[in-house]
Amino acid sequence: MELYVAGALSEKENQEVYDVMQQYPEVKAEVEEIEKAIRVLTKSMLPTTISSSFESIRRIISKDEGGKVVPLSKGRTNWAAYTGWAASVILAVGLFWMFNQNNELKSEVQSAEIKNAVLEKQIEETNYSLNKASELLSVLRDKNRTEVPLAGQTVDPEAYASVYIKDGENTVYIDALGLPDPPEGKVYQVWSLKLSPLTPTSIGLLEDFATDENKIFALTNVDGSEAFGITLEPAGGSPTPNLEQLYTLGAIQTP
Amino acid sequence: MELEELVQRFQQKDIKAFEKLYDMYADNMKAVIYNIVRNEEDVEEILQDVFVKVWNNSDSYSPKKGRFYTWLINISRNAAIDKTRSKDFKKSGQNSDATFFVDIFESHDNLDSTVDAIGIKKFVNSLTERCKNLIELIYFKGYTQKEVSEEIQTPLGTIKTHLRKCISNLREIVLN
Repeated sequence: MELYVAGALSEKENQEVYDVMQQYPEVKAEVEEIEKAIRVLTKSMLPTTISSSFESIRRIISKDEGGKVVPLSKGRTNWAAYTGWAASVILAVGLFWMFNQNNELKSEVQSAEIKNAVLEKQIEETNYSLNKASELLSVLRDKNRTEVPLAGQTVDPEAYASVYIKDGENTVYIDALGLPDPPEGKVYQVWSLKLSPLTPTSIGLLEDFATDENKIFALTNVDGSEAFGITLEPAGGSPTPNLEQLYTLGAIQTP
Repeated sequence: MELEELVQRFQQKDIKAFEKLYDMYADNMKAVIYNIVRNEEDVEEILQDVFVKVWNNSDSYSPKKGRFYTWLINISRNAAIDKTRSKDFKKSGQNSDATFFVDIFESHDNLDSTVDAIGIKKFVNSLTERCKNLIELIYFKGYTQKEVSEEIQTPLGTIKTHLRKCISNLREIVLN
């Protein structure tokens, strides 16, 4: 116990003495007596000329409390926590941003692909029209070709069309620019006519009339045509022409 | 108020409790510091530093580790030893050679009315050299029992017996 008061015991021994003191009040009293005796002895050695006061300590402590020490240590722990939270928030925001960017890029790629497809289709259509136009041009410029102008009839006197026949070939080109767009569910049908007796033979339909840009249609003709007529027929065409809906008609001029 | 409660309140940063503890122990701490630095001017400065340190590190004390008094004395002793090792201290050319605490009794007329000065002086004088040595090493220099055993080349058991006798005499003189 003397050593205990002196602080000369190990940590384990200190703990043991402490436990015994808690259990036996007489041991505690003994320890307190020893401490008291030592304190009296110690105190008696103090030169009376040494003075001190609690006030100077109180000043330092209250300055520390109000100023630096406590907030600093407090701030330090908080910094770590704040930094951690800030980092995770930044990470979360960053991930969200990257996710959004990724989605945006994906949809941009998609729309670019769609645009690409549309453009390709347009190119294809333009090429197709160009081919048809060049074909027609070559027919028009060909000296061995026959033009058959078809004039407007009662249904629509303003309407007109032309048929170009390249000599020695079966293909005829119908320039139908002068025809109005057919109403929904109707289609123009081209007839090759023999005049005596009047025998109409269908050579084809002007399909997709409204969407065709240059309104030039290539059809395969039959032999012995003497005239051409275009009628408006129900979608899919008719076996015989509906003469009430005859838009244009014209005969081949024999040279 | 019980010491335990006072210490608890001090650990909860109750400055009034701290002041009471100061009143209780400051003189003891000053004496221990003085015994090491042997310079009255340094004592006050070291004591102030020690109490500020004690306040800021109040959490590190636990009753399970020892007496509160012992804790204070250890901190004081270490602060005083640090001072003797510092540059300032060496420059001032003070002689920090270890001297027995009994010398202090002889060189100062300090045994004021709070203690039975004559009784203590008598007691100290009546102590055997071995006993003086033991008290010096254990209570003033803070040696562990093992260190004491090595220092005076005496088995631990014998030291304990001697010490018990010494303190028992001391108690009779100072407390009765």
